[in-house]
Amino acid sequence: MKNILEYLEHSVGRRPEKTACADTDTSMTWRQLREASARIGSLLLKHRLTHRPVAVYMEKTPACLATMLGTVYGGDFYTVIDTKMPWDRIRKIFSVLKPAAIITDRDHEETVREALASERKDSPKILLYEKAMYVPEDREGLAKIRRKAVDTDLVYTLFTSGSTGMPKGVAVSHRNVMAYAEWVKTTFDINEATVFGSQTPFYFSMSVLDIYTTLAAGAELQILPKQLFAFPVRLLEYMNSRKVNTIYWVPTALSIVANWKVLDYVSLPYMEKVLFAGEVMPVKQLNYWRRKMPELLYANLYGPTEVTDICAYYIVDRDFADSETLPIGRACDNCDLIILREDGTEAAPGEIGELCVRGSFVAGGYYGDPDKTDAAFIQNPLNPWYPEKIYKTGDLVRYNDRGELLYLGRRDFQIKHMGYRIELGEVEAAAGAASDVKSCVSIYDEVRDRIVLFYEGGPKNENQMRVLLEGKLPPYMRPGECIRVKRMPENANGKIDRKYLKSYYTDLMDGQAIG
Amino acid sequence: MKELLDILNKVKPGIDYVNEKHLVSDELIDSLDVMTIVTEICDEFDVEILPTDVVPENFESVEAMWQLIMRLQED
Repeated sequence: MKNILEYLEHSVGRRPEKTACADTDTSMTWRQLREASARIGSLLLKHRLTHRPVAVYMEKTPACLATMLGTVYGGDFYTVIDTKMPWDRIRKIFSVLKPAAIITDRDHEETVREALASERKDSPKILLYEKAMYVPEDREGLAKIRRKAVDTDLVYTLFTSGSTGMPKGVAVSHRNVMAYAEWVKTTFDINEATVFGSQTPFYFSMSVLDIYTTLAAGAELQILPKQLFAFPVRLLEYMNSRKVNTIYWVPTALSIVANWKVLDYVSLPYMEKVLFAGEVMPVKQLNYWRRKMPELLYANLYGPTEVTDICAYYIVDRDFADSETLPIGRACDNCDLIILREDGTEAAPGEIGELCVRGSFVAGGYYGDPDKTDAAFIQNPLNPWYPEKIYKTGDLVRYNDRGELLYLGRRDFQIKHMGYRIELGEVEAAAGAASDVKSCVSIYDEVRDRIVLFYEGGPKNENQMRVLLEGKLPPYMRPGECIRVKRMPENANGKIDRKYLKSYYTDLMDGQAIG
Repeated sequence: MKELLDILNKVKPGIDYVNEKHLVSDELIDSLDVMTIVTEICDEFDVEILPTDVVPENFESVEAMWQLIMRLQED
């Protein structure tokens, strides 16, 4: 195998009329999905575009999935653009990606044309999905592209935020995606009977699991309507109506169900597997799920976009107290983890170090950015003999006595306060276990040398929260300030927006200083 | 009713709450807005909202939300 489209074609061959992907209003069988994708590929071929970046500007629908795969038929690679993203940021992405074309649909055509009207002659070609559906499949042309393809060609470039404000495009190849999808399929026994309830957007790395294991296993991808996450009872009823049996969600989404105690009202008779990643899963909310549905498989997955999606995992196999944190477990198959000290030597067993990843999950680098690539994708310092790239995650980890990997926080989240090295994650674990706390985030204000805790739910009186934490944390780890918020801000991926909270606090303090 | 309108205008300003009848289905308020409105209503009116009350119909208009609050206060 060298190309992810072989997954698609294999699934068409086995069960052409089985549902591949559906949302509330539309649905595509495997045969329809392949046909739509091949038409998109043929359209790109007609425009003589191969090996070029193609932006996809569509809502999360089966048609969007067909378009993504269609760019791959055309020998190109895709970047899915969030239609809610401000154009200022989209332009920044385009300045790095330089897309040859942008594929959109009638609903968004006007927006795209308007936004790109001011661009100069390099501006991408605007192609319409609806028109592509009338383009006949160019079998010969597509076969020719496939013959020349190699597994190190790119499938997609996924943009994450860079610390300088310039988005970084992680370039992911067929080999990366196939290695990853094989691991998921085998480890979690994903098969033709699997029905994914997809929560994460297609421009977020977690959706790679939903999409490509669906393809690899001939499973079914049910796109869950985003609005239903505000109406959790309806959400669960909808999932039952689509017979969803496997979910891979961000912890914030699982916590909505737990905080509302929705499983007290609606049961999920089809559900089998609950996977999560993207941020730390609060144990209190996980314990609610486990109490209600003890027979399910729960797994904590960990990894950055730069390793395709995931490099370590832990299948929950014992009880955890609300104040404990889940381990991230061990390396995925065909993926190796190295823990390095700051001087580039290997950490001793149990010692804290930076997690680095080796193997076929590791992406090629940042698109069009050799400097940032060289800073994060480095020669394995333990191997001076031949070229071998590893990815430095910037995350601090160590092994516990059971031989399980523990995530301790971002290298940049480890702070030094009152002479102690502190992981903000520990402060959050303590506060998150307090009764009625729905979610919490701890930040460190360097200027004022102060730990600040933001929390939702829990004691209305912020002093009460402080007193509560005195019983749980040593003095040097206690937040200097506790701030109760009505709701946690979320970023585009549905995760808690830490950056916003930090800038909010800085503004708040600066405002006070002036006023 | 004024307290409720104050809440709504605070959570998401710039919407004609008095006249709009399809706040949810026309996507004038999103899922996070609904969650915030729920929290604010619980705090302001001292009622307990159950997940079974958090359905689109109860949030489509200011009247619908008001009726929900009235019903919960009677309980």
